[in-house]
Amino acid sequence: MSRLFVTLIALSLLVPGSHVFAAAGGAEMEPAGNDVGNIASLQRGARNFMNYCAGCHSAKYVRYNSVAKDLGLTEDQVVENLMFNAEKTFETIQASMPLDSAARWFGQPPPDMSLMARARGTDYIFNFLKGFYLDSESPTGVDNLHLGGTSMPHVLWELQGYQRAVFEEPDRQAAEAGAEPVFSHFESVSSGALSPEDYDAFVRDTVNFLEYISEPVRGTRRVMGVWVLMFLTVFLIIANMLKNQIWKDVS
Amino acid sequence: MATVEPEVARPQNSFIRWIDDRFPLLETLRYHATEYYASKNFNIWYVFGVLSLVVLVIQLVTGIFLTMNYKPSSTEAFASVEYIMRDVDFGWLIRYMHSTGASFFFIVVYLHMFRAMLYGSYKKPRELLWIIGMLIFLVLMAEAFAGYLLPWGQMSYWGAQVIISLFGAIPFIGDGLVEYIKGDYSISDITLNRFFALHVVLLPLALIGLVFVHIVALHHVGSSNPDGIEIKDYKGADGVPVDGVPFHPYHTSKDLVAIIIFLMIFTGVVFFAPDMGGYFLEHANFEPANTMVTPEHIAPVWYFTPFYAILRAVPNKLWGAILMGAAVFLPLFLPWLDRSRVRSIRYRGWIYRTSLGLFVISFFALGWLGLQPAEGVYVVLARVFSVIYFAFFLLMPYYTTIDKTKPVPERVVYYV
Amino acid sequence: MTDDVDRNRRHFLTVATAVTGGVGIALASIPFLVSLRPSARAQALGAPVEVPLASLEPGEMVRVIWRGRLVFVLRRSQAMLSNLEQTPPDLLRDPNSEVAEQQHEFAVNPYRSIQPEYLVIEGNCTHLGCAPLPEFQVGPAPDWHGGFFCPCHGSRFDLAGRVYKGVPAPTNLRVPPYRFIQDDVIMIGSEAGAA
Repeated sequence: MSRLFVTLIALSLLVPGSHVFAAAGGAEMEPAGNDVGNIASLQRGARNFMNYCAGCHSAKYVRYNSVAKDLGLTEDQVVENLMFNAEKTFETIQASMPLDSAARWFGQPPPDMSLMARARGTDYIFNFLKGFYLDSESPTGVDNLHLGGTSMPHVLWELQGYQRAVFEEPDRQAAEAGAEPVFSHFESVSSGALSPEDYDAFVRDTVNFLEYISEPVRGTRRVMGVWVLMFLTVFLIIANMLKNQIWKDVS
Repeated sequence: MATVEPEVARPQNSFIRWIDDRFPLLETLRYHATEYYASKNFNIWYVFGVLSLVVLVIQLVTGIFLTMNYKPSSTEAFASVEYIMRDVDFGWLIRYMHSTGASFFFIVVYLHMFRAMLYGSYKKPRELLWIIGMLIFLVLMAEAFAGYLLPWGQMSYWGAQVIISLFGAIPFIGDGLVEYIKGDYSISDITLNRFFALHVVLLPLALIGLVFVHIVALHHVGSSNPDGIEIKDYKGADGVPVDGVPFHPYHTSKDLVAIIIFLMIFTGVVFFAPDMGGYFLEHANFEPANTMVTPEHIAPVWYFTPFYAILRAVPNKLWGAILMGAAVFLPLFLPWLDRSRVRSIRYRGWIYRTSLGLFVISFFALGWLGLQPAEGVYVVLARVFSVIYFAFFLLMPYYTTIDKTKPVPERVVYYV
Repeated sequence: MTDDVDRNRRHFLTVATAVTGGVGIALASIPFLVSLRPSARAQALGAPVEVPLASLEPGEMVRVIWRGRLVFVLRRSQAMLSNLEQTPPDLLRDPNSEVAEQQHEFAVNPYRSIQPEYLVIEGNCTHLGCAPLPEFQVGPAPDWHGGFFCPCHGSRFDLAGRVYKGVPAPTNLRVPPYRFIQDDVIMIGSEAGAA
């Protein structure tokens, strides 16, 4: 039995904390703090996504009717509030911008968002959407702390306003050794329609929705898992009693 | 020619009798189950063989259902996996069982192989059994490698790119061979389609055939036990080994308990942590393959990382590949490298125990190092542990000879 | 005595284990079997099809695909309608559409449609599935009042898709579920049935 526990402990070492998402750009990342179980947040996030993101970004593996079912929305609510370029609720979320035009205008097509939260992590997207800063040399007028050289404009500028990034220059010795300027903090240049806290909440709801669409079945699978484990526990007890009974006469 | 058949009761049931007159049904059940005697003192290390079989069945069944919906084309593969995850009823469950099963297959098989190293299960007369097992291991690695390309994610594509290009290190034929494996000038739809055929047809058939042969070989010589003694050496008046119990119902009932516990751990992962933090389902693979952008860290799936670490530890491409291959093949020679007269670690001296412990540490260390970037102190450590890994095998003829062993008991040690 | 108790207990536990295991296997097979049902994508692709009727001339027929099946939408002219009314019922196998599987309630009438003017019928011969050809002209055979003719094995159907006697096809052409969502638009595949 002790060997079994050792094996289990060894297995548990395979489950790290939150490590495997490497932070691109090297900057510190704030946790998004979203709760995929919060339906109201997901509804707001769906609204945010369709109004601000779906112009360029598709979520081509997601059907409107499955969003409706999971978020407790009626078909009419989905049609009126979320469907701008689709007719039927069984359709998938396509971007309004044609892909080839987008590729020409931005250098590469805006990536699909269906799985982005699983590929890059919710925290990354959260920080990305908060990480745009003014850069006069960029064609879009902004750059992003977490994806330097991004061709995405600051779509949410009306809500956040604009900020600039303050870097700490390394001292002469370090600079000669090849040290890069280190990001220190953002400074707001102009304010947007939302306060910083409200903007955070807006982004949080949006990445919450992205996390949900990256794996819509998450809630269901956890509930089902409990039932399966309960059944197996009962089965284990019975099978163990049988085994003990059979082995009784072995000495 | 008439032979005198031993007195065996004819079956009562006339249907069974009808079958048995035409097919060796009862004879087979007796030989392989009800009159196959295995030691009564099996411990937990003896459960991983049957668990490997359970995982094989899980992979075959889930694999069949995945094949019903998966599209092996570079333009459709990634989307078809999402189709399975979202549009097919319970497709997500079938997919997660298959991806979790792949990782659990290696956990179980590694533990199964480790049992042989603990108890000398590869020693005479079980050398062929061990060889067949090593063949299963090799086919399993090929099967996993081919299967991993199928989702056509970033890691699928680039992992395959790296590993296939290793063959280019072979002098003279290398480049041609790489092109031949890919079937194209680069990894493409053509490569994907043929890897699909390998993963779904050829390699599973090979696996099933080898597993069958593996069990036949085992039953021919009989199972070993944690004390490493031959239970057939001590038979009672009825010809039954005194330390043995019939496989059915004793080991079948005990294995059932083990299987249920295994299924609990398995379903725990499937339903609560199928990604396993990015080790079972890697994050980069949730992005479709992009032939123009390489992910920051290309690493093979965790079960290949020990060998990958050895590959990278060597600064030469060809020698790295050769040593990686040697690392995989070296365990094949254990029956002949191990010179100890004693099978089980229970009766071996401190030298073997220490060596085995160092081997385990280096295997885990190399596994972890295979996931790190190949720079700085990681490279040094990878070299150190690679040396330990090879030393375990190459020095074995020496240290198993000089190792002071303890006297082996005549009868198995069994505590109720 | 203990032997008997042991044996009974062992038997009971064996049965209990077997039953639980059997239940487990049955439950575990459910996801696999259910996964074979039409997926969300199949249901999306199999969604109802809208057919606008405004551009259909009298006597004109359009072909539409619904759930991979061919559906004819025919605007019967006055002449066709009178030909249909004149078709002798004793030439037909099932003139009153009594075989329930071939149409919903709304199509159990001499025209086998919601409105007499528009025939919506599956273009799938009930013999072995070939697509029947339109043969709307009366004659030359004396008992031919216009309808559909299947080239594969010679089955004949009238202008309401009713099958003639003496041909291989056993039943009338099937009427798919449909309804009028506007005066001049029908939706084929909608479950609502009659408008």
